[in-house]
Amino acid sequence: MYRILRKESLNPTVSLMDIQAPLIAKKAEPGQFIILRAKEDSERIPLTIADFDREKGTVTIIYQIVGGSTMELDTLNEGECLHDFVGPLGKPSETDGLKKVAVIGGGVGCAIAYPIAKKLSSLGCEVHSIAGFRNKELVILEDEFKKVSSKLCIMTDDGSYGTKGLVTNALEELIKEGNQYDEVIAIGPLVMMKFVCLLTKKYGIKTIVSMNPIMIDGTGMCGGCRLTVGGQTKFACVDGPDFDGHLVDFDEAMHRGTIYRDFESHMRDKNCNLMKQGDK
Amino acid sequence: MPVSNGHRVAIVGSGPSGLAAAGDLAKMGYKVTVYEALHLAGGVLVYGIPEFRLPKIIVQNEIDNLKAIGVDIETNMVIGKVLTVDELFEMGNEAVYIGSGAGLPRFMNIPGESLKGVYSANEYLTRINLMKAYKKDSKTPIMHSKNVAVVGGGNVAMDSARCAKRMGAENVYIIYRRSRNEMPARKEEVEHAIEEGIIFRTLTNPVEILGDEKGMVNGVKCVEMELGEPDASGRCRPVEKPDSELVIDVDTVIMAIGTSPNPLIRTTTPGLETNQRGCIVTDGDSGMTSREGVYAGGDAVTGAATVILAMGAGKAAAKAIDEYIKNKN
Ligand SMILES: Cc1cc2nc3c(=O)[nH]c(=O)nc-3n(C[C@H](O)[C@H](O)[C@H](O)COP(=O)(O)OP(=O)(O)OC[C@H]3O[C@@H](n4cnc5c(N)ncnc54)[C@H](O)[C@@H]3O)c2cc1C
Ligand SMILES: Cc1cc2nc3c(=O)[nH]c(=O)nc-3n(C[C@H](O)[C@H](O)[C@H](O)COP(=O)(O)OP(=O)(O)OC[C@H]3O[C@@H](n4cnc5c(N)ncnc54)[C@H](O)[C@@H]3O)c2cc1C
Ligand code: FES
Repeated sequence: MYRILRKESLNPTVSLMDIQAPLIAKKAEPGQFIILRAKEDSERIPLTIADFDREKGTVTIIYQIVGGSTMELDTLNEGECLHDFVGPLGKPSETDGLKKVAVIGGGVGCAIAYPIAKKLSSLGCEVHSIAGFRNKELVILEDEFKKVSSKLCIMTDDGSYGTKGLVTNALEELIKEGNQYDEVIAIGPLVMMKFVCLLTKKYGIKTIVSMNPIMIDGTGMCGGCRLTVGGQTKFACVDGPDFDGHLVDFDEAMHRGTIYRDFESHMRDKNCNLMKQGDK
Repeated sequence: MPVSNGHRVAIVGSGPSGLAAAGDLAKMGYKVTVYEALHLAGGVLVYGIPEFRLPKIIVQNEIDNLKAIGVDIETNMVIGKVLTVDELFEMGNEAVYIGSGAGLPRFMNIPGESLKGVYSANEYLTRINLMKAYKKDSKTPIMHSKNVAVVGGGNVAMDSARCAKRMGAENVYIIYRRSRNEMPARKEEVEHAIEEGIIFRTLTNPVEILGDEKGMVNGVKCVEMELGEPDASGRCRPVEKPDSELVIDVDTVIMAIGTSPNPLIRTTTPGLETNQRGCIVTDGDSGMTSREGVYAGGDAVTGAATVILAMGAGKAAAKAIDEYIKNKN
């Protein structure tokens, strides 16, 4: 069974879990993800492998509570088990030959970006990390990023922590200071990745983004996760989730992400009500 | 429980092909483990074919019978990712049977295919069947469409159309580029669809899917076709009629134009020969592949075919695997 060995709240809406999954821990590489179902009738949701411990046989997931399924996941506690946990899915991030990289995370995207920063640093690559959040309360993984980066810029929208501004401001400054990056890796909300890509295109820096479309199976069977990259249809679950950001059609991806908006808000309200009842 | 013969065999995929092989091998005394990528065993029988045509309880009974004779079924195991075929051998299996099906959906590559409201038949059917969106209180979202176009003329197209109707759609069209005579679906399936009021638009081919400013589908632009000379498959080749463009008003388009095997196994199994369509190449009926001890059958070898053929291939391979292991030892 996929037992929850540790559960920790990182900020009011983001939690971390270590899951017992020795076979997955043995194979996991940064950039890959798992799909889980919290309970027997839950939806299948994809989450990035935020960390793994091959010896202990654990896989760490970090999730933001945004809707019905993540709320349901968050009702489980240490010692309990997830119903399904499958992976490692997707292609590992490519790290070969990189000497100097800027890693950018936006919000919970930092959880996806951290394992790549960690691997690059362990390979001797110079890592500059930029982590953006709405405000101080939402900052996550600061210590972890510090350990693996020779430079860390924390940006907040309201200036309540780090520097006030967007991740693109920080990146442009670093580039203007004369930093020459082999690659920029940007992971976060679609708008953030889109604007990072517009900036790096201007400077001609190769940029990798991690796409998170709606998924079901994660094995290439449904095609629901398809997106257009360089004019071709790609399946994020088997061809990605990493893609060349300068080729991704972000506007289309943003449209596709809203397919079930009404249904999702309905499930969210339903689960909120259930939890409120549970609190009584 | 059959008497154990002390040998182990691994099966990849729990569709009809894998289950048929598992059953026969277990009865011969092999210790059989079936690895399934999804959270539920059964393959297309549980994620594709709808409840009204094949009640899930029948499949579940079959699976329970296999478990009762000692077959282990491990779900949530994507072979090629969590374990490779080579590792299955290292774990002590003396043969591996690949029955991983042909699950990768094809799209037409026409403009508008990424609009909201365009599904592959696999996604549409998976949401409804595997994830149970047909139940009112399901947590899985699905579009509740009014007017649906299903593109294709096979069993999969018929099932998608009939599901759409059951999900409450008012008008459901089957759009197929040849005539009814050429449809690959079984005659009964076509007849059921007609009885249920599915509208057939044959000799019609989509060229573009149209959408509104929010990116939602609002129509499908088609051209009329006529039948020309027979092609390599022996069926008449459809050719476009000039100036025959028409638009059908729909809010959902389901692509049921075929599937091919997914690349997970072939890209992670060195020495396994596949053809240009991504199907595993086997030596005749035995299912023997280019890798010693690796057998394959069902849709993974033939491309999308039938349950009977898939089961037959599983049974034939079980026999060949038994001979192979006996001769080896
Ligand atoms: C490869 C990949 C890696 C991801 N990694 C992480 C991660 O490490 N941490 C994290 O917090 N989130 C991650 N996500 C996003 C996460 O899967 C969604 O937040 C989650 O599925 C939302 O489900 P919900 O029911 O709680 O919310 P909903 O109310 O259903 O939806 C909220 C948002 O999540 C999106 N979403 C809904 N269902 C899915 C689905 N099945 N697949 C993908 N997106 C969906 C919706 O488009 C919407 O924008 C990842 C997504 C992908 C595809
Ligand atoms: C909607 C629909 C209707 C149909 N109607 C009919 C009909 O009326 N009559 C008929 O005869 N045929 C019909 N067919 C075709 C028939 O279902 C298939 O030919 C048959 O299921 C093939 O069996 P299989 O065992 O080869 O593959 P599948 O049933 O596809 O099973 C393969 C299994 O392997 C799993 N898998 C894939 N990759 C991996 C991996 N890497 N690791 C682990 N597991 C993996 C998959 O998840 C799946 O469960 C229909 C098909 C569909 C989709
Ligand atoms: S999630 Fe179904 S094909 Fe990618």
